[in-house]
Amino acid sequence: MPGPVTSMAVSLEINGEQVELEVPTRRLLVHFIRDDLGLTGTHVGCDTGNCGACTVHLDGEPVKSCMLLAVQAEGAKITTVEGLAGDGDLTALQQAFNEHHALQCGYCTPGMLMSATALLESNPSPTEEEVRVALQGNICRCTGYVNIVDAVVAAGNTR
Amino acid sequence: MTVVEETTTLKKGFVGQSIPRKEDRRLVQGQGTYFDDVRRHGMGYVHFVRSPYAHAKIVSIDVAKALELEGVYGTITGDEVAIHTDPFFEMSVEPGGNISDYALAVGRVRHMGEPVAAVCAATRELARDAAELVEVEYDQLPVLVDAEEALKDETILHDDAGSNVVWSGVFDWGDVDAALAEADHVVKIDRLHFHRFSSTPLECAGALVEYDKGTGEWTLTCNHQMPGVGAIWMAPALRVGIDKLRFVTHDIGGGFGNKICLHPQYVVLCLLARKLGRPVQWTEWRTDQHTANAHGNERTFLDVEVAVLADGTMTGFKVRALDDCGAFPRYEPLGCIIWAQVTPGMYSWRNVRVDFTQVCTNKSPVSPNRGYSRMQHLWLTERIVDIVAAELDLDPVEVRKRNYVKAEQMPYETPNGCVYDSGDYAAALDIALDLIDSGSIEERRREAASRGKLLGFGIGSTLDSGTNNFGQSTLLNPDLQFSGNNEAASVKLDIFGEVVVTLGTVPQGQGHETTAAQVVADILGCSPDQVNVRRGHDTWFNSHAGFSGTYASQFAFTGLGAVKGAAELVRDEMIQLAAAVLQAPPGAIELAEGFARVKDGPEEAALPFMALGAIVNANNAFLPPDFNPTLNHRYVCRPYFGMVDTEKKTGQLTLTYATQIHCAVVEVDPETGEVDLVDYAAVDDCGVRINPQIVEGQVHGATAHAIGAALHEEFVYDEEGTLLTANFYDYHVPHALDMPPLKTGAMESPSPVAPLGAKGMGEGGGGGIHCICSAIQDALRGAGGAIVQTSCNPPHRVWAMLQDPKSAGATVTVASR
Repeated sequence: MPGPVTSMAVSLEINGEQVELEVPTRRLLVHFIRDDLGLTGTHVGCDTGNCGACTVHLDGEPVKSCMLLAVQAEGAKITTVEGLAGDGDLTALQQAFNEHHALQCGYCTPGMLMSATALLESNPSPTEEEVRVALQGNICRCTGYVNIVDAVVAAGNTR
Repeated sequence: MTVVEETTTLKKGFVGQSIPRKEDRRLVQGQGTYFDDVRRHGMGYVHFVRSPYAHAKIVSIDVAKALELEGVYGTITGDEVAIHTDPFFEMSVEPGGNISDYALAVGRVRHMGEPVAAVCAATRELARDAAELVEVEYDQLPVLVDAEEALKDETILHDDAGSNVVWSGVFDWGDVDAALAEADHVVKIDRLHFHRFSSTPLECAGALVEYDKGTGEWTLTCNHQMPGVGAIWMAPALRVGIDKLRFVTHDIGGGFGNKICLHPQYVVLCLLARKLGRPVQWTEWRTDQHTANAHGNERTFLDVEVAVLADGTMTGFKVRALDDCGAFPRYEPLGCIIWAQVTPGMYSWRNVRVDFTQVCTNKSPVSPNRGYSRMQHLWLTERIVDIVAAELDLDPVEVRKRNYVKAEQMPYETPNGCVYDSGDYAAALDIALDLIDSGSIEERRREAASRGKLLGFGIGSTLDSGTNNFGQSTLLNPDLQFSGNNEAASVKLDIFGEVVVTLGTVPQGQGHETTAAQVVADILGCSPDQVNVRRGHDTWFNSHAGFSGTYASQFAFTGLGAVKGAAELVRDEMIQLAAAVLQAPPGAIELAEGFARVKDGPEEAALPFMALGAIVNANNAFLPPDFNPTLNHRYVCRPYFGMVDTEKKTGQLTLTYATQIHCAVVEVDPETGEVDLVDYAAVDDCGVRINPQIVEGQVHGATAHAIGAALHEEFVYDEEGTLLTANFYDYHVPHALDMPPLKTGAMESPSPVAPLGAKGMGEGGGGGIHCICSAIQDALRGAGGAIVQTSCNPPHRVWAMLQDPKSAGATVTVASR
């Protein structure tokens, strides 16, 4: 009897580029993105799916990439923080994070940006409360969220 | 008081402005570099095998099955560590000084999650699998999870010490017995408990370690936040000189003190890198971080007695403090004395006795944690004030203002010889009271009552003491050869006029690149955009000093003091050089807008920075032999402290005292015990604010940590020593929805001793914990009047205080004349 399948080819689009790689079936999507593809902007802050530092967009939806296996992303379109803006440009949200001092150590920032970008795509001018609800799956240990919420609201208002 | 350095007033410039941070552009694009982002060819991943038990003998360890797994590069166990290293040095005198602490457990485990072996493999997943295959046989021992039980020494954790006591000592200033005898009221509090939690930075600990066989040097690409002291622990244990350890940091994902005690894990990585002949990488898992890295100090205050006069003046207090440092002291027992930086809190009592004992228990070791050791003591002083106010029916605002150290007393020498440099505590309280509209509290209380809620209002007055005098360690152990403090920085002007700054500090989000650039830009006459402050720390650059790091709220003093000193040396040479080239007296040269130019001179009498940099670095043949500017200077900021008196336990233990006043309004649901923060204000006075936006960000962050600690965050152990809150699933840190709207206020009482008038800040002194405890107690006044006894009050504890106010709260008695 053949043994269990331990690796599979995964083909997906990430930040507009097509990639195809053989990966261990057990590999988490976040480790695939970071270790195999070298896109280290996506971070790992916990081992229980609570912190949201690993948030990416999968087919347009924000997902925690530590809660998916790489093989589950077969055929998907993924966007990471590196894919938010064009070369050297910042999105209005990234700019607002800078202007409002919405980051300190920067470790949660990519996940925050991905969750907030998804919010702004579905709700271009969110209220403070709507921002807080949308970011409840992202932990920040530096800012107390005050300036993050301000930045997202401000980015919404500039649209 | 001693003025340690002349304070210069900079011309109005970039200092004081909220310029957006220089760091952000890379970080918002995912282009930061954290240690786990760095790869090396042939790198192996390390996973630690950890004890499932809190206390057990290690009967045997068998790594054979792990080694058989394809892709496993090797293993290491405690027995190997004991052969190849020496125990880490201990700070304490006996008995704690006799403890043997190795990088891996040797013969015995003393807390759940303690590493007993490590495995290195080709992938993260394989390393984890292989760790599962290591067979460890344990023989369980009785478990101690309670400090008071540990004091009995019926079970002893460290046989070498012969006692669970790490350190004990009595601090006695003034005459507390006389104060108590002469008091009109003596308020006695049987026990108060400051709980165990930590700031849990979002990036866990770790390192990539490379060993160079040819030179015998290790390079640690890591997130240690105090490499200078880390190396002091590691090098002797590894039996090498300190020059064999190169620490490199890039971006760090938060630290809060929790990345100071990484030397045990790093030594294991060094041994593995040398043994296996390949780079090895370890990234701590979140559950491991909670279980076995660094908790904050847990402290029980027993038999508190407070002397109060009829008019509400408090003249002194005494207390027995019992500190629980977990299984190994490591950075401890420094916590046994660091609190003394803030002995009287913000109050003017002159008679204080603290009988302090620290013990080991079968829990995670502790390490510095935002507000380290002072926060626990300040919480005690604030609890005392609110309990005294409640028992004697005094107004909490009035009793504070009556007892605060007054603005006109500044600089104020505390009973133990520390000098509060500046501040106006009553004025800061007034700002906070205005922000929270304290005049409307009674009306809001009635309105809340109409909804069935208990409203409470509380104040937390606290200090953020900055810049350690390491001489305070001699209060623990007179033989320790530490004193003072220092920090280094380098500034140079490069060939094309680039201004390059190298810091000895190890920022983890505090914005040092930005604030250092602001300071340098003002001194050199250019824009912060033109100043390249190198990211991170590298011990090869000679940019560091013995105490380099980012801790103890000291960057504003020592870090920026070093930057300022180095920039001024470069500035002076730029002026001399320009004077020589432009043939003008040095006094006629000004540096402005990126030029060295003759003041009010013709347009051509100006040299761009590029010309100055090029002359010195690449075109210098015409310079006379007796004139040798380098435009490249290192400066060490060494604040003056004087020596500590180890007999009287007095001395200048720290240099600056930032003030924070927090006010909270809570609503307690009497049905559930749930506490809702409905209004919150924090006022900060850290002297000159180099970048007000960054200061405010630190206030927000410290407040969030305090709110989490006061309401949810607790490392809870069961009686077998199993940690029940081992990750973010069970250990609830504040989310965006948990945070109340924060109102912030600021005032500036410049420090007369700091190079820029700026006080260290950021740790925050736990003001949020103090004021939330105060507010909960106020809310419970009309519902049984329980006295808040512990620093963490989740719904079940508040509910218990509502159900049984007498036994669930502290027991307080008052003896009045």
